[in-house]
Amino acid sequence: MRNFFPSIPGERLLLLTALLSLATLAHAQPTFPVNGIGGEKQNTYAFTNATIVANEKTTLTAATLVVKAGRIIAAGTNVVVPKEAMVVDCKGKFIYPSFIDLYSDYGMPIETRQPREYDYGQPAQLVSNRKGAFGWNQAIRSDVSAASIFVADDAKAKALRESGFGTVLTHQKDGIARGTGALVTLANEKENKVVIKEKASAHFSFSKGTSPQSYPTSLMGSIALLRQTFLDAAWYTSNASKEGLNLSLKAWNDNLSLPQVFEANDKWNDLRADKIGDEFGIQYIIKAGGNEYQRIAEMADSKASFILPLNFPMAMDVEDPNDARFISLADMKHWEMAPSNPAFFEKAKIPFCLTAADLKDTRQFLANLRKAIEYGLTEAKALEALTRTPATLIGVYNEVGSLEPGKLANFIITSGPVFMGNTIIYQNWIQGEKYTVNESGWSAAAGQYALTVSADQGTYAYTLDLKPDNSASIIGKDTLKATVNYNGKLVRISFPESKASQKMIRLSGVNNSGQWQGTGEDANGVKLLWTASFKNAAVVKEDSVKKTPALELGKITYPFNGYGWETMPKPQTILIRNATVWTNESEGKLDGTDVLVKNGKIAAIGKNLSEAGAIVVDGTGKHLTAGIIDEHSHIAAASINEGAQSVTSEVRIADNLYPDDINIYRQLSGGVTSSHILHGSANTIGGQTQLIKLRWGADAEGLKFANWDPFIKFALGENVKKSYAPQNNRFPDSRMGVEEVLNDAFTRARDYENAIKAASAQVKGKKGATAANPWSIVRRDLELDALVEIMNKKRFITCHSYVQSEITAAMRIGEKFGFTFNTFTHILEGYKVADKMKAHGSNASTFSDWWNYKMEVVDAIPYNATIMQRVGLNVAINSDDAEMARRLNQEAAKSIKYGGMSEEDALKMVTLNPAKMLHVADRVGSIKAGKDADLVLWSDDPLSIYARAEKTIVDGIVYFDRERDKELRSKIAAEKNRLIQKMLAEKKSGAPVQPARASMELMHTCSDHAHSHGLLVIDTDDLNGNN
Amino acid sequence: MTKRLYRIIFALLFSSAAMSQENVYPAKEYKGLLFIKNANVHVGNGQVLDNVTIQVNNGKIEKIGKDLPIPMDDVKVFDVKGKQVYPGLILSGSLLGLVEVNSVRSTIDHTEMGYYNPSIRSIVAYNTDSKVINTLRSNGILLANIVPQGGRISGSSSVVQLDAWNYEDAAYKMDNGIHVNMPDLLSRPNAFSAPGENPIDKSLEEIAKLKAFFREAQAYAVEPTHLSTNLKYEAVKGLFSKSQKLFVHCNIVKEMLVAVDFAKEFGMDVVIVGGSESYQVAQLLKASNIAVILDQMHSLPTLQDDDVDQPYKTAAALQKAGVLFAINDEDGQTRGRNLPFNAGTAAAYGLTKEQALQAITLNAATILGIGDRTGSIEPGKDANIIVSEGDILDMRSSIVTLAFIQGRMIDLTDKHKQLYERYKLKYGIK
Repeated sequence: MRNFFPSIPGERLLLLTALLSLATLAHAQPTFPVNGIGGEKQNTYAFTNATIVANEKTTLTAATLVVKAGRIIAAGTNVVVPKEAMVVDCKGKFIYPSFIDLYSDYGMPIETRQPREYDYGQPAQLVSNRKGAFGWNQAIRSDVSAASIFVADDAKAKALRESGFGTVLTHQKDGIARGTGALVTLANEKENKVVIKEKASAHFSFSKGTSPQSYPTSLMGSIALLRQTFLDAAWYTSNASKEGLNLSLKAWNDNLSLPQVFEANDKWNDLRADKIGDEFGIQYIIKAGGNEYQRIAEMADSKASFILPLNFPMAMDVEDPNDARFISLADMKHWEMAPSNPAFFEKAKIPFCLTAADLKDTRQFLANLRKAIEYGLTEAKALEALTRTPATLIGVYNEVGSLEPGKLANFIITSGPVFMGNTIIYQNWIQGEKYTVNESGWSAAAGQYALTVSADQGTYAYTLDLKPDNSASIIGKDTLKATVNYNGKLVRISFPESKASQKMIRLSGVNNSGQWQGTGEDANGVKLLWTASFKNAAVVKEDSVKKTPALELGKITYPFNGYGWETMPKPQTILIRNATVWTNESEGKLDGTDVLVKNGKIAAIGKNLSEAGAIVVDGTGKHLTAGIIDEHSHIAAASINEGAQSVTSEVRIADNLYPDDINIYRQLSGGVTSSHILHGSANTIGGQTQLIKLRWGADAEGLKFANWDPFIKFALGENVKKSYAPQNNRFPDSRMGVEEVLNDAFTRARDYENAIKAASAQVKGKKGATAANPWSIVRRDLELDALVEIMNKKRFITCHSYVQSEITAAMRIGEKFGFTFNTFTHILEGYKVADKMKAHGSNASTFSDWWNYKMEVVDAIPYNATIMQRVGLNVAINSDDAEMARRLNQEAAKSIKYGGMSEEDALKMVTLNPAKMLHVADRVGSIKAGKDADLVLWSDDPLSIYARAEKTIVDGIVYFDRERDKELRSKIAAEKNRLIQKMLAEKKSGAPVQPARASMELMHTCSDHAHSHGLLVIDTDDLNGNN
Repeated sequence: MTKRLYRIIFALLFSSAAMSQENVYPAKEYKGLLFIKNANVHVGNGQVLDNVTIQVNNGKIEKIGKDLPIPMDDVKVFDVKGKQVYPGLILSGSLLGLVEVNSVRSTIDHTEMGYYNPSIRSIVAYNTDSKVINTLRSNGILLANIVPQGGRISGSSSVVQLDAWNYEDAAYKMDNGIHVNMPDLLSRPNAFSAPGENPIDKSLEEIAKLKAFFREAQAYAVEPTHLSTNLKYEAVKGLFSKSQKLFVHCNIVKEMLVAVDFAKEFGMDVVIVGGSESYQVAQLLKASNIAVILDQMHSLPTLQDDDVDQPYKTAAALQKAGVLFAINDEDGQTRGRNLPFNAGTAAAYGLTKEQALQAITLNAATILGIGDRTGSIEPGKDANIIVSEGDILDMRSSIVTLAFIQGRMIDLTDKHKQLYERYKLKYGIK
């Protein structure tokens, strides 16, 4: 039998070296030359008397595990130990399959180039500078194979092994398409032996990583790039001759059959990734961010499997109330609830596995996992999430993930149930080789020993009683307090010669196959020999997971902040009585009128209405109007500007709606019920827009305005010619070029449309692969698709514009290609060409009184809206600003002051007129039976500065109510205080805390602002240097 | 001249659409008597006087009362029956005349390089021919405090009246205050700070430096003669004698506490500019006699959990605690012309209309150090007066028809009205 414990310190180094070379020899590969003496290493082991947890469902007691040549050959209770096996007695110990992490970059080279944010001040890098026959965008790295750049790294492996991991799926975390992942073990062996599966997975993310190329600059750009690459790759299969060699697309296609893993890192991004997958028939395995519990129903609906990180936020130091003041309730709640994320997945029956990837210190993994268990995750599920689930997800359960004959000998030996607080992992065996984790308790398991000490004058027998807390006593005539120091290999014992004496007997020895033996000196320096044999184990007190007091957690709200709903509201029957009703219809303004709201619609308008069961709202002295519609907004989106190219019609705001934006609630408080979320103005042909209803609490899909004509944002002038960039190398640089960008784009779109028509004719009636599919011939181009839709009047333009020349030039382009510029937005010189706009058929959506903040608005005048309206245009007032959107009624009222517009006409500029220009006036914009119940009850004349929205109703649901708002504020205060006290208690208990950090918010603008939005707002334009 | 003739001349001036702003002349000094009768006077101090006559003599308000006798000869008389009369509005902090077009660098004169620039003076760069000025007058703003930006000590501001040939004509009070930007004491995530480096510590160092500067300047100020002249110390002498005020630009509680500390240590008159969190320490500010200029009523709440209307309600909180405060409009897109509507918003959220008016008239004047000369319609003060069709705080009726600066009736034409006329003509709109 082999001695597992090297015994003599002086020989340690030598032995270690010997073992290392042995290990190398043991796995010598046939093709590799040997420098030295060859020979295979003996490699059969039997682990006996163990509690074997073969998988999360099967636990065998007094069982034996036999492994040979790196694989399990038997695991069970009636196993015959082969003669050649080296036997390891595992009495009292537990054996588990070792853990699997699907989200690792173990052994991957770190890219030296730092990821770079888009920098407006720098010239753009418009084309790839990567060497080789790759695709056009450097963020598509589908050709990268983890197996070919993998370098086993024992220092990193060690940290993972100590947490119980044996196998990881590793890939290089760089780029939007990241190539393939390799399944590797954490053995300290040649890469050739460690890689179990060369291409086990394909990896993706939304982050372009170290790609220096400008495109994409935004989340929606990343999504568009993924979408286009799917199409390009499919097209490439039959059009390689047109494209030439494209290794990126080739690899993309090759990887399609692999399990697809998407790093999304956030609840909304998870759903965005899943949606891309749905579009192309792929079910991604989603790397989560830890906040998914906030939207667990949506996670379940995605049908995805998830990889969950365990990096729970630390409590903040909130002792200073002036610092704590800037921490949002949402951040505090997340601190409290994040450890329950895995439990939420378990309860929702969503398949998931766990990763150590996001931890700052890998060694925190088990501690955090235990926390997750405290917060409701079951131990069986935890084990499944670390073994069976990950192995199954990437199709390697035949190799790893349980203790069954035939599988890799990847297992851990522990002192007890693996997730218990005081359990020690002794050894982590990988591919049949032992890696020591912590053997100090391996055989010094507390208990009673027969201690025999012999000197020349005789032999003395004692009982050594070693307690689990390491206190010890020597029981002979007296019971003496002893000190025992044992590290699993060497042992030191000292005790007084008698109760009264200070003089000590000192023993030193080694563990020799479960028996201690060695030499010593008695109290007088006389030499001794001694042995200690294990008699019986100490009675171990049941010490499972710390019994903590029942968890007291806050409630999930939708959205996850102070003003969210605990349960989503439903439409109600509401009767508003005796209000002044601004119908926006031919009836005009009706005094003392009732409006009945039922099933989300306006059911009736009249005097003395009644409805059984209706909630009656007294409107006496109040004013009821249609909800405000903001034609130009940038709220509720994760990104706004894809500024890397001059034409980005492929990007879609809809892909990245952000339903948690507090500005949705704030706009509701100002009577806004619908907002048109526009792409920014960084480029001539921007992205596709999205009209939303402010259904506070809904998810991204729930926000969308249903059955709406799609729109797209265009922009002209200073922003798109990058007038403020010190070095512009992106065409165009002048208004002449801006016009030509439009001309060129639509020319290409027209040619493209013709090519599609020709291809369609060509495939008509054909059978087989090309059957009725022009896309096998023509490359489908999402950018041009959107432009073709415009020419076919299936998509409509809202165009950021200022000066008269550019407005006219744009209209002429539209006329040349047979379409109308539906809306000119901003349009501050619209008053100069209002007659031309009218002839063209445009609408105008403008600011009330902005001017002179840039050169192209030096002629902006507050009479603009009035003039355009009087020339006969349909005119709206928009916000382009989350603050001003709350006062759009007042912005409209400025036209009463500037030019003498009537109050009713002024109100229409923020209700009916934008509804018309957005093609939704059949449903919103006025108070008429049958229309959507999107209504605002005002305290005063809605055009007055003194008017406040008291109730804002969308689809018959009161989403904002001043009374409820007041209640919520007192709830927020109470809940915040509870969490502050809890954080203080956490600090007091000695747990680590992080400094108080203000909860910053990102905000998007149109690049047109000289406007500060407060202390905690980071303007994304500032980040991009766009101001 | 007869009253009638004056009205005709006035009407001609006003309808003359072909002018460009270059032809809008600063009004000449007016000697002698002038009357505004049948006036509903919003005094600016909270009072309203219905149907009175204001008598102005040599540019100063001489008398206000019912049935004041009006001499028949050679005086201007304005009958403002049915209209509302207010003191000229005061913009208490503005870049007016220091920048024409925000995005064009060559038109920007509001920020000097360097960190400690107390001797930098905004007045010398104030451009009386800025096209923005007349658009403010059109909305009733007759005085503005012109404030330099940037650095730790930005320089001195000056108050100007908005009808002048040049900055010396315009100056209403020169160098009324020194402007300091408080180091940031908000603990926010900062990707740029080195590991272990706490940005707050840096700010505290900056505060210590600032204090050291004022200690040196204070010592310099009491030194009878100087071997070498220090322009920076010279520039802040007035702070110690209280002929100037210290305007501290800051927002959060800790920063305001430091500002209070400045007032205590150096005995300066301290004004907090910004003050978005001032509602949290209103009592303390009152007790310490610190005034506040609320820079922007129309802004979003600071934290997502805050009352959605908090910025609109802050003024009422200060009023309740008795803090002297002004409402400002520092908006970069509209360039300050919405001052009355910022005040109107405060009135919608807790102030009375007269209190809101006071925050853009008398309070602003008091804080800027010109309260003895203007800010209210009271005898002895300059005749800085506007007449509006209706409630000046509400955009529906806030239409200024007459304005007087030091008794001079100013031309209310501006570039926007001119372009309006030009295009009304093009389209044949009446």
